Amino acid sequence: MSIKKFAVAVYDDEAVLFPAVKKVRGAGYKIHDVYTPFAVHGLDEALGEKESDLHIAGFIYGITGTCTALGFMGWIFTTDWPQNFGGKPNFPLPAFIPITFELTVLFAAVGMVLTFCYLNQIMPGVKKHIFDPRQTDDKFVLVIEVNDQNAAETEAFLKATGAEATNIQVAESDWWFGRFDKKEDYEIQQQLA
Amino acid sequence: MHLKYESIIREPLVDGDKSYHQITEDICSPIESKPTKLWTIGFLISASLLGFGIFSVTWEVYWGTGVWNLNRTIGWGYDITNFVWWVGIGHAGTLISAILLLFRQGWRTGVNRAAEAMTIFAVMCAGQFPIWHMGRVWDAFFVLPYGNTRGPLWPNFISPLLWDVFAISTYFTVSLLFWYSGLIPDFATLRDRAKTKFRKMTYGVASFGWAGSAKHWQRHEMLSLVLAGLSTPLVLSVHTIVSFDFATSIVPGWHTTIFPPYFVAGAVFSGFAMVQTLLVLTRKVLNLQEYITIGHIEAMNKVIVLTGSIVGVAYLTELFIAYYSGVLWEQEAFRLRVMGPYWWAYWAMMTCNVVSPQLFWFKKLRRNIWFTFFMSIIVNIGMWFERFVIIMSLHRDYLPSSWSYYTPSWPEVGFYLGSFGLFFTCYFLFAKYFPVIAIAEIKFILKTSGENFKNKMDVIEEANTEHFIEEQLHHHH
Repeated sequence: MSIKKFAVAVYDDEAVLFPAVKKVRGAGYKIHDVYTPFAVHGLDEALGEKESDLHIAGFIYGITGTCTALGFMGWIFTTDWPQNFGGKPNFPLPAFIPITFELTVLFAAVGMVLTFCYLNQIMPGVKKHIFDPRQTDDKFVLVIEVNDQNAAETEAFLKATGAEATNIQVAESDWWFGRFDKKEDYEIQQQLA
Repeated sequence: MHLKYESIIREPLVDGDKSYHQITEDICSPIESKPTKLWTIGFLISASLLGFGIFSVTWEVYWGTGVWNLNRTIGWGYDITNFVWWVGIGHAGTLISAILLLFRQGWRTGVNRAAEAMTIFAVMCAGQFPIWHMGRVWDAFFVLPYGNTRGPLWPNFISPLLWDVFAISTYFTVSLLFWYSGLIPDFATLRDRAKTKFRKMTYGVASFGWAGSAKHWQRHEMLSLVLAGLSTPLVLSVHTIVSFDFATSIVPGWHTTIFPPYFVAGAVFSGFAMVQTLLVLTRKVLNLQEYITIGHIEAMNKVIVLTGSIVGVAYLTELFIAYYSGVLWEQEAFRLRVMGPYWWAYWAMMTCNVVSPQLFWFKKLRRNIWFTFFMSIIVNIGMWFERFVIIMSLHRDYLPSSWSYYTPSWPEVGFYLGSFGLFFTCYFLFAKYFPVIAIAEIKFILKTSGENFKNKMDVIEEANTEHFIEEQLHHHH
């Protein structure tokens, strides 16, 4: 856990956000994150994010499923408990295909969703700081980490990029276990101060 | 911003003057208001049906499957009919969310959430039938390949009934994951606008702490795409495997290679019909006509007339092949279907599935809400009879002395009614507490397919193409 200071800019539309991102990056600021209410295509590219490798993970999980199914059924039918079904072969590959396929899909899907949750650090009970309650509704929020020296200057810069509103927030930058209906200690202290 | 441009000739997918915030309001406000009287009544009816179903099943477990009217000749009756019927219905959701995603069909966004929910509930209902048919249901886990003290003795991996166990459970799991991964951002929307403490807490847990970070959205997009790619063959495999239950057995009328495609088409047919039944009501009750437009309904009716025709061709092919094969047993099985003791079921199936959907060739009827609703019920009655007809092929055995007739007993009917109870209880809860429309996805298509944005496109329509592309690229990258 680490509590940091952030300059926050709220934009009204993705059409305003894109040039703003360009300006902010051009000026040499390091963007902490951008929060949007839906998947904005091209934003990852604009932020200089790499393509996600999640599909490669999915492929590996899928292959694991294929091998598990074939290996397990093959071992049972040829080694552990071979049976004679009307003189048919002990390793009937065509008849193994349905279960092999299902397990491939099952492993790939479950594995990918778990990896997705792990990479994004999300799970039931996890709490993250929400910079603007409307970032999951209709606002586009750009956040830059600042210190006491450059806070005001950064905020002014963000204001000039077409932000509808800007502010400075002291917030937890990581996730933690918590409830969304409760205020955290650092938030209460901030309010008192 | 994407370079996608949709012609103004295409019907808008979101009607009215919508902004991002208005979309949130429209979809979230029914969740945040008190349940209506209509909802309460509907929920109570469903819950009591479910109660009656539980009673019927308890009765069956206590006395044994003997309380069902199955006999030596007709060993499969209502339960397998209902199983296949519900699984079939459960095919539309994943078809809409997966296959239409890969085909880039924008209209899926309005209906995918509810259709996927419907899929999950339908598969839950379907699963009940084989489980309770086991009789000694406490031994149901014997179907799983676990290390046991009997050898270990494994289940038979080359039996289609075991394939079913794997197919249905995989299908249920993957559909659930697909559905829930789409729900996470929408739960976050509900959480951040929640006024009550309880709502903030529960949606907070349900949203997994989603905040909407750009990197997370990128992964989310990737996840949806790959899950769609996985679900597309999956949805086709499930009903294929269900059809193997019949096709791999050496029973006249069942042992045919046409079964897999014919079952899959029938499944999509009945699934879309059930989606229509639910959405025609949901859009009215929750006031979502601007999101689930007549255009959406028409698109689904087109799928219904297509799959209905495929099913019709399959029925006729079956008859022809029976005649052409020259196999006496096969011919007799089909003669009995058409004019045997169960002729009424056959003709009910033919009328509902083949004849009546053809009316959807008329645009006026495709776009008529009441006609759509009526037809959606007719189609599902027809599809139920299809499964009943196939299964009742058993009534004439090879020995005339074992010829038989089957009518369900009250616990069987009660079980079937109970599955409706389960389905609608779940659906009512879903419609009240979950975002019925994928909020984030609708926002994503708003600027290309929203009515108000389309109206502003006249300028772009007249603009020079080269110039437009250049400006877009320059503007955003």
